[in-house]
Amino acid sequence: MSRLGNLGARLYRGEVGYDFVGKRKLWYGISILITITAIVGLAVRGLNMGIEFKGGAVFTTPKTSVSVSQAQEYAQEATGHPAIVQKLGNDTLRIQVSELDTAEANQVGRQLAEDMDIPAGKINAELVGPSWGAQIANKAWTGLGVFMILVVIYLAIAFEWRMAVAALVALIHDITITVGVYALVGFEVTPGTVIGLLTILGYSLYDTVVVFDSLKEGTKDITKQTRWTYGEIANRSINSTLVRSINTTVVALLPVAGLLFIGGGFLGAGMLNDISLSLFVGLAAGAYSSIFIATPLVADLKEREPAIRALKKRVLAKREAAAARGDSAEDGDLEHHGEPRDAAPGEATAAGAVVGQRGRGRGRPSSGRRR
Amino acid sequence: MAAPKKGRKAPGGQGRPGRTLALMLVVMAALVGGMFWSGETTPRLGIDLAGGTTITLKAEAEPGKEGAVNETNMNTAVGIIERRVNGLGVSEAEVQTQGRENIIVNIPKGTNSEQAQKQVGTTARLYFRPVLNVLPAGPATPEPSGSPSASPSGSPGASPSGEPGEQAADGGEKATAPSASPTTQGRAVTDALKAPSPTPSGAASGQPESTQSPAPVPTPSGAATDSALERQFAALNCLDPKARANAGKDAQPEQPTVACGKNSIGGWEKYLLGPAEVDGRDVDDAKGVLDPQRGIWIVQMDFTSAGAKKFAKITGKLSQQPSPLNQFAIVLDGEVVSAPQVNQTLSANAEISGNFDQQSAQDLGNILSYGALPLSFNVETVTTVTPALGGEQLKAGLIAGAIGLALVVIYLVVYYRGLSVVALLSLLVSGVLTYSLMSLLGPAIGFALNLPAVCGAIVAIGITADSFIVYFERIRDEIREGRTLRPAVERAWPRARRTILVSDFVSFLAAAVLFVVTVGKVQGFAFTLGLTTLLDVVVVFFFTKPLMTILARTKFFASGHPWSGLDPKRLGAKPPLRRSRRVSAPVDPKEA
Repeated sequence: MSRLGNLGARLYRGEVGYDFVGKRKLWYGISILITITAIVGLAVRGLNMGIEFKGGAVFTTPKTSVSVSQAQEYAQEATGHPAIVQKLGNDTLRIQVSELDTAEANQVGRQLAEDMDIPAGKINAELVGPSWGAQIANKAWTGLGVFMILVVIYLAIAFEWRMAVAALVALIHDITITVGVYALVGFEVTPGTVIGLLTILGYSLYDTVVVFDSLKEGTKDITKQTRWTYGEIANRSINSTLVRSINTTVVALLPVAGLLFIGGGFLGAGMLNDISLSLFVGLAAGAYSSIFIATPLVADLKEREPAIRALKKRVLAKREAAAARGDSAEDGDLEHHGEPRDAAPGEATAAGAVVGQRGRGRGRPSSGRRR
Repeated sequence: MAAPKKGRKAPGGQGRPGRTLALMLVVMAALVGGMFWSGETTPRLGIDLAGGTTITLKAEAEPGKEGAVNETNMNTAVGIIERRVNGLGVSEAEVQTQGRENIIVNIPKGTNSEQAQKQVGTTARLYFRPVLNVLPAGPATPEPSGSPSASPSGSPGASPSGEPGEQAADGGEKATAPSASPTTQGRAVTDALKAPSPTPSGAASGQPESTQSPAPVPTPSGAATDSALERQFAALNCLDPKARANAGKDAQPEQPTVACGKNSIGGWEKYLLGPAEVDGRDVDDAKGVLDPQRGIWIVQMDFTSAGAKKFAKITGKLSQQPSPLNQFAIVLDGEVVSAPQVNQTLSANAEISGNFDQQSAQDLGNILSYGALPLSFNVETVTTVTPALGGEQLKAGLIAGAIGLALVVIYLVVYYRGLSVVALLSLLVSGVLTYSLMSLLGPAIGFALNLPAVCGAIVAIGITADSFIVYFERIRDEIREGRTLRPAVERAWPRARRTILVSDFVSFLAAAVLFVVTVGKVQGFAFTLGLTTLLDVVVVFFFTKPLMTILARTKFFASGHPWSGLDPKRLGAKPPLRRSRRVSAPVDPKEA
């Protein structure tokens, strides 16, 4: 029974679990390292901006037998600028020339059609002015700002401000990583990339919100017990929702991967590819940050709160006393069966009362209940 | 009925799951039925998929007039560009504002995109030209034009009338011809009175109309040009859209020209016009207002100081002329938008009255002020897609979507077994809803499925599936707690519901922000994401949940069949399990 479902059960019960919160310093360190790498990459290598930001034209030919190098020559001749030529999956060519204005581009399109012996009407042209990309990017920044403000307000109301802050940090972290990957790998940045990046906003928070929801539930009556500290419950929340987070991430990544590899393979570079690539990177980063950054950060922030700090003291003191008495050691055991439930009225009375119940083969009051 | 529930408040009607499901199916049937009924069985395809040309224009304000890029001006510009594009004989062309400073022109395949590009990019030119002659729309040769009687008389009358050639322009003095034969003139007068905005302030001012015939001196030297123009005027057929679009299109302001215009009853007329006397830039402001005293709609114009001088000159001259020579034509892009008569000398402030309604007064006001708008347009992008490539892209997108969907299905089946049926049915419902809504939204709000929108729909598969996972995992957690399926399904719901709502809200927020702040194709993507997120909530509440409740009553699921995905043993529920039944199903070794 070494399968995920079972692992899920054991994670759920806390029989197995990884101490995400306890080792948070490690993850913070890794994230800071990644972030620094991303920033350095961005500073040193910069982003490979697409023609949308420089102005230029993309011509797509129908199926043709003209070779890439030949097309390159034609394009160079016609424009006087170096051209990037790609062969796409279906034997069509994609010719990209930067720094053309719209008037020149028409001329070039006709010239290319003539050179390559293609009817002029069959060449697709995509002409972009140099400010187009900048305009989209500007809007994207505005969107990013607006979204962050709204989401922080929303999360602060739905949860609490610490979670909102942690989610925001995680979000910035995801975006930094995504941008960093673009800088380091040298993928081309197009408006499609920017769209993808903006979409990550919602996605990246999805998993985070799921964990926070569980955390909020788990810590409802936290000060009324002395068994677990906030950090431990937070860790348990991560572990118990781990399967869920993995599943949602995998399921979200699958269609995006389909788009990236199939859509991209068919059409070569293009809007589909650009959106899906940045989504793919961002989604992966988002899953990582919700587990390793957002929740530990909430625990960190939360444990600065006097009430929670006092609780931690009480919990540790109690454990020490228990250890001194030689009781069954509970240290390091993060199990938390009796996490306070959202006492559904009239339902099983599993709520807070069960906090003491633990260990293998426990006889939970709720489980025996007949209704 | 499911296990007796006490005061649970979850909607989605676990009390009446069947009813909720039925309601959902009725809604679905209605949508699909509506789709077939309206004949819109496929989503409208965007230009990038259907083939055609998309031109994106960005408005730029002249220095010092940064406030000019505003909604009114943009809407006026859209009207003007639409007029131009449709002048090309393209009926399906769409012109719309996008964001605050962009105008998108979508021209379906089969149009001369280069010409369109040239047309849309130029700034509108507005001129005030004296009217030299007005005739019904048709060509001089007996054509079934609006009024056959006019045609024969028109051509003889025309020749003497057009004399104010370039020379006249040089002098700046409009030597308006004694002109047309009486018949023509008579007709012209009648026409002028019917003209879109005729009878200007004159009515109120009570100035005697056409009291003198000032017999301006014809300038014979311009004869050659004049006769060419005369011939052009005689041949012009304003009933032909193509001829209409070309008439006067390339006219130089300092040259006389011919043009077409609509009269107040919507019929076309052709005009012979003198050189431009006042330029659109001379108009400081213009708007259609309701005159409180007379209770009619008028158009008020304010001229700049230079404009006021020129306007005073032309009106001073025109007011001396007999009808129809006392009209000036407001010409926009070679089309006469209005030809009011002048009865007195006017200067900085003028008004045009006539039988305007609110709409026509405001339209004319907008057009007039547009002539002075400190706006020009830059072509930002031009995308030409042949239908072949668009189809190819759509195909690739659909294949990618199908593969993505298949991967999700495989994953769900492997991981959730029987439960995946619920997920798949829900995805199906979601798909049907999305498709039918997209089809219906095409005509309703002009939604067009473009490539990014396809991308958004594919990405949304993941979002939709996420909700099921949240719910399923919750149910499994409850089973791990040792509950039987029925209570597990109900107990898991309120918590899953909250998680789904919160996270869907965040997704929706992202989509909404994206939609509001972005431009162009991105909006299609954001719109699709937002739509599917909303549908996700609908599907989970009104389909998945009630379906789960019903399935929880079936033996297959309730007994925790190994293939149901809810086998308590496999889920690792702790021994003192459900008392009701002991499932002896052996552990299925094939799992995972």
